[in-house]
Amino acid sequence: MSKPIITFENVSKRFGKMTAVDDVSLTIHEGEFFSLLGPSGCGKTTLLRMLAGFETPTEGRILIDGQDISNTPPNRRPVNMVFQSYAVFPHISVADNVAYGLVVDKVAKAERDRRVEEALELVQLGGLGHRKPDQLSGGQRQRVALARALVKRPRVLLLDEPLSALDAKLREQMRTELCTLQEKVGITFIMVTHDQDEALALATRCAVMSRGVLQQVATPNDLYEFPASRFVADFIGSVNLFEGVLAVDEPSHAVIRSPDLPVDIFLDHGVTGARGGAVWAAIRPEKIELHKKDGDAAPNLGDAPKGTNAVAGVIKHEAYLGGSSTYEVEIASGRRVKVQRSNLTRWDQEDFKLGETVWLCWHACSPAVLLS
Amino acid sequence: MEQSWKQAKAVFAAALGPPLVWLALFFLAPLAIVWAYSFGHNDGLTEIAISGTFGNYARAIEPLYLKIFLKSAWVAALTTGLCLAVGFPVALAITFASDKAKTWLLLLIMLPFWTNLLIRTYALIAVLRTEGYVNQGFEWLWNLASVFAPLGDFQPLQLLHNNFAVILGLVYVHLPFMVLPLYSALDRLDKSLLEASLDLGAGHLRTLFKVVVPLALPGIASGILITFIPALGAYLTPDLLGGPDSQMIANVIERQFKRANDWPFGAAMSFVLMYLTFIAIAIQALLAKKTPEARG
Ligand SMILES: Nc1ncnc2c1ncn2[C@@H]1O[C@H](COP(=O)(O)OP(=O)(O)O)[C@@H](O)[C@H]1O
Ligand SMILES: [Mg+2]
Repeated sequence: MSKPIITFENVSKRFGKMTAVDDVSLTIHEGEFFSLLGPSGCGKTTLLRMLAGFETPTEGRILIDGQDISNTPPNRRPVNMVFQSYAVFPHISVADNVAYGLVVDKVAKAERDRRVEEALELVQLGGLGHRKPDQLSGGQRQRVALARALVKRPRVLLLDEPLSALDAKLREQMRTELCTLQEKVGITFIMVTHDQDEALALATRCAVMSRGVLQQVATPNDLYEFPASRFVADFIGSVNLFEGVLAVDEPSHAVIRSPDLPVDIFLDHGVTGARGGAVWAAIRPEKIELHKKDGDAAPNLGDAPKGTNAVAGVIKHEAYLGGSSTYEVEIASGRRVKVQRSNLTRWDQEDFKLGETVWLCWHACSPAVLLS
Repeated sequence: MEQSWKQAKAVFAAALGPPLVWLALFFLAPLAIVWAYSFGHNDGLTEIAISGTFGNYARAIEPLYLKIFLKSAWVAALTTGLCLAVGFPVALAITFASDKAKTWLLLLIMLPFWTNLLIRTYALIAVLRTEGYVNQGFEWLWNLASVFAPLGDFQPLQLLHNNFAVILGLVYVHLPFMVLPLYSALDRLDKSLLEASLDLGAGHLRTLFKVVVPLALPGIASGILITFIPALGAYLTPDLLGGPDSQMIANVIERQFKRANDWPFGAAMSFVLMYLTFIAIAIQALLAKKTPEARG
């Protein structure tokens, strides 16, 4: 693994009695595209602002390249920020905006002009340097903010909800561009977002925050498939949670018994760290298969004993989303289970209808077991 | 909504009518009369003959009076400059104060507005006169120092009835006019622009002069105008605080209407003053057109 570039050591930030960031310890490595993900108000911006130097940690310290920067003012830190509002200076031209940080650094005029032009090309604003910011669209203004920060060649680029103000189509496009940009410049990016799709699509690693506390730090894949808690499972994507107890816990398999389900949930692996008490089985909607119910014999996917991992229910709700459809299926206990099904063909061979009784089943490896 | 309001002509007429009549009767009509006087001459003790002469204007720009016009402009400019120098940091401080402190600080700035000008001026006299608080304070310090070294008798400072007192008084009276427009311009400024400047490596001073001042320029311009115009026409302050050589144009005008009983000449000078004011406003409007709106 490459070397650490930023380290948060037990960092807390309180505003009066309100704890915005609570005992966060985190290491970010060189070249990462790191994403801070969490609902609005969970302290993401505050964490970023402490890194940029606009807030001081109440407790703990922050290291950049092993140096404690707690007492370094923002203008001396080797990080640059792309503000949520872009904060492009309205009174000077695009080129002067980009040149601002270089003038401060006393870069010679010739080199400055070259680097400004280069940076504008990089964000595809070549030739627009003479324009005033109010002659640009929102997306273009954001590129100015990006160029202005990147031209300083910071160790780390901080982005606060960079895509939130763009419309859906542009957001999609900027996502890809940000990714390419990061690969091209090789600078460590730290991006704050409340949009899970954005975080999963862009980041090499994600931190999920809730109420100032780091819930989990992992790759997008691990976050989705191996969530550490109910909060993470629920926040990232959609999930069916079944509370229950561990009836069997062997190294090779385990069984969860939930009052919400008429059958046991069979797992093809043991559960580590369980201390008795409640556990939760989390099953993603796309990992549940929908089968026509002809006869009373439950379908079996072959990796679980008969009488487990399959339950009958009635389709109560259907939403056609184009690429897939989601169903809500009510089972005997009254619980509604979310199921997602890809629309693999243009004419669906198995047309599931509202009110139809169906079988739901899943593989023994599909449920994730959560202890909190 | 807006459209339907525009169509309600009767409502507008009812709302606008009385104030318009009031303005016409008690502002425009007297102004027109004074304007007419400025083209006339005294005919006997009480009669004014409006003869269409420009003689009053010619007299108003004779060196004697021109000098007073220039001096008034200079005093007003100095006052405005000092108000800006003092007011800008004050406005900046209020902008960055906590919400609670902000309310109190703004109240403190406005408080003098609610006190009669005459009372404020006499209060200043009480502070500055030879037996005033400043001199009392100095005397106390003087006597304290005399215990250690013989200094002789205390000679009170002449703080009143000179140009210094006039400028001090004008700055004191006009400071709120400067602070309020500055504050409203600074408060509207997107604070993330300042953070962006710091983030890009600029220090606080550079941020102040490269970001804050340019973006606050419209506010600075209106602060300057709104201070300069009343300072130019100041009457009470130079009258009460000034000495024989500190009279401003308004004092001269007042003399024409009262002691000199030369209304036509007073009227002409009043209009010269008004034209000067219009020129100042025109310049400000031109400048305001050139500076772009501060947008994020
Ligand atoms: N300067 C501040 N003063 C007081 N409270 C603040 C300040 N900045 C942020 N907060 C509070 O801290 C919490 C976290 O804010 P923030 O970091 O902006 O959240 P996020 O970016 O995740 O939406 C919020 O409850 C917010 O109200
Ligand atoms: Mg935020």
